[in-house]
Amino acid sequence: MADNEFEPNIVGFLCNWCTYTAADLAGTTRMQYPTNLRPIRTMCSGSVDPVYVIRALLSGADGVLVGGCHPGDCHYVSGNYKARRRITILKTILNTLGLEDERVWLRWISAAEGRKFADTVSKFTEELRKQGPNPVKKYWST
Amino acid sequence: MKRIGVFVCHCGLNIAGSVAVARVVEAIKDYPGVVHAENYIYMCSDPGQDLVRKAIREKSLNGIVMANCSPFLHERTFRNVVASEGLNPYFCEIANIREHCSWPHAYDKEVATKKAIAIIKATVEKVRRNISLTPMVVPLTKRALVIGGGVAGMQAALDIANGGYEVLLVERSPTIGGHATQLSGTFPTLDRPPCLVAPKMAEVANHPNIKLYTYAEIEEVSGYVGNFTVKIKRKPSYIEDEKCDLCGLCLENCPATFPAEFDRGLSQRKALYLSPQAVPQKLVIDPRSCLHFNGDQCRACEEVCPAKAIDFLQQETIVEKKVGAIIVATGYDLFPRERIGEYAEDPDVIDGLQFERILSPSGPTGGEVRRPSDGKVPQEVVFIQCVGSRDPEHGVPYCSRVCCMYTAKQAVLYKRTVPQGQAYIFYMDIRSDAKGYEEFVQRAMEEDQVLYLRGRVSKVFRDGDKIKVWGVDTLSGKSIEISADLVILATAMVPSPGAKELARKLNIIFDQYGFLTEAHPKLRPVETLTSGIYLAGTAQWPRDLPDTVSSASGSASKILSLFSRKELLHEPTIASVDEEVCSGCGYCVSICAYRAIEIDTKRRVARVNEAVCEGCGACAATCPSGAMQHKNFTARQFFEMIDVATGAYV
Repeated sequence: MADNEFEPNIVGFLCNWCTYTAADLAGTTRMQYPTNLRPIRTMCSGSVDPVYVIRALLSGADGVLVGGCHPGDCHYVSGNYKARRRITILKTILNTLGLEDERVWLRWISAAEGRKFADTVSKFTEELRKQGPNPVKKYWST
Repeated sequence: MKRIGVFVCHCGLNIAGSVAVARVVEAIKDYPGVVHAENYIYMCSDPGQDLVRKAIREKSLNGIVMANCSPFLHERTFRNVVASEGLNPYFCEIANIREHCSWPHAYDKEVATKKAIAIIKATVEKVRRNISLTPMVVPLTKRALVIGGGVAGMQAALDIANGGYEVLLVERSPTIGGHATQLSGTFPTLDRPPCLVAPKMAEVANHPNIKLYTYAEIEEVSGYVGNFTVKIKRKPSYIEDEKCDLCGLCLENCPATFPAEFDRGLSQRKALYLSPQAVPQKLVIDPRSCLHFNGDQCRACEEVCPAKAIDFLQQETIVEKKVGAIIVATGYDLFPRERIGEYAEDPDVIDGLQFERILSPSGPTGGEVRRPSDGKVPQEVVFIQCVGSRDPEHGVPYCSRVCCMYTAKQAVLYKRTVPQGQAYIFYMDIRSDAKGYEEFVQRAMEEDQVLYLRGRVSKVFRDGDKIKVWGVDTLSGKSIEISADLVILATAMVPSPGAKELARKLNIIFDQYGFLTEAHPKLRPVETLTSGIYLAGTAQWPRDLPDTVSSASGSASKILSLFSRKELLHEPTIASVDEEVCSGCGYCVSICAYRAIEIDTKRRVARVNEAVCEGCGACAATCPSGAMQHKNFTARQFFEMIDVATGAYV
């Protein structure tokens, strides 16, 4: 990778039972995907406080991935529905904060979907490369 | 202040091949709070574990970051190591740099190394603020639930019951026994399954520790290991068992017939029926085929019943039970052959289980090999292997594992019944990989003169009295046409219908085909990721009888060791309330899926029921004041991890 090329930084909140395990599976089956994601293990997508997402964006993450179990399959009964509501509401206010809502992805990736995990990271990285850096970073130099 | 040690594993070349481990150690050794960092070829080995112990002692470490494989593999291992040195095990965390880094980034050591460092730094941040936790003691219900009454379920139930614990065995059909009771013989010993399975069925039915629920399904499951609550739905049989004395008058008088499931449609049963060899011996009325339930006034059975045992108004009932552990043994079904359009739907083109019935002495032909269409003894029989299996186009890329052997067995049994007949087997490869299997296949070829043809069959169609089979023999390079009397398709094994819905109720995982997924394919093959729930038999993957029995006994032994404890330990990474901050708003109460939180009305603060809290963290994410915290997953810890994760990408 050339030094001047923009490489997005992605923070991933991966639920322990589905998406984290899917990432394990992607690794076990040696699927290759970009290194841009920094995985953080959470017990449930429903335990991802919207503040974490905002914190990540304000700290300069170019993208945030929240990964949970498919609707109906949550290990904790309904945590993913809570995540879905929170992220939906969060997206409506991000733009007013000067943060771009398309930088936040909520995806359902089950423990069996190693391929979907690898594809999601690849696609998100690609999209963010096109979008360019998170605009909050420009305030840092002022 | 935490004194943190970081231990970076090479995992042979699994990590060291794409992550420069020495550079990782170099980069982390001066990170704030880190007082020790080293790398070693296999941290999980005895010498590796000793390195950790030694460093804890010599450097007075009180925070450990193990940078190695997924926590699902060795979190427990290393927490035990840490505990053996007198440290709280929750001071140890795993930085997953294998599954999440070295493996998926195998070709760019530079960036993989940087990502590994970032993962480790984030884990250091978490460990820095981990608090000491002690698992809570929760009661343990020493009663097991086994779902599915086939060979796997029966074996598991017997093993647990023989260990002295109570077992509830739930089977959705009217009898236990499963598919094994339909088989004509086993390979490679050619035992007759009734001799193998029937005694097991009787043992299960008569065991004082086993409570049978046949014709019943799982309605709902809640709770957690040691303390599950299950609701079992008993379907109405429309017959009062305590009154019925099995005189059989109703059977003679029932006017409605239906293709018999036990014979896979090769014979008819009445709407009111008792499966052959059924255990328990209880009649049921099948509302799908009963005239009374389909708009007719028929009450033939009720009119003749001398015991007045028929009750058309019977309703389903729900039984609620507490259990400590669950085994899922829901078995298999066969790939629907209609989906292979090239093979005609014809009475003389049958699947493997149908041929089992034809070969079986208890089958529709009384053990004589006669074809379904006209009862003729087939002289030319073609077996086609891998129908649906190893066929990505039909969604089954996997090998069904048992078909090579049962096809060989069926061909041998056929030849022994019809010695002058000819058996052909079209195969892709012959997979005969267990004790005595290869020898059995060789005997079929040499002694029983079964003709093996290596190649696929492109078309099967009716041609007058015959079934034409067009295929190819790839060894001679010739196309082959056979005018057969009977064609048997070795269709793929697929999960039993309803297995997915059940898995959802149990909160366990299934793969893309619907087979249930084990916690780890190598090291935890009978457990699921939900503790207290185990797998047995073909619900997990295609298996033959010995493999099924082994997996069932494996699951049963897990439960026996669980039940041999006095009590259970509950994960302490749960929610806790800072009463100084809590205003008693109650948001957490309404969001908790387990009803683990209540408001102390007197003091207006939330209170967590620690035995019920599952530690999902939803309440902490909801709490507007930050009073509710998820132990060792606190907002502060997340903030620090986020800050590391967003540190400049390169």
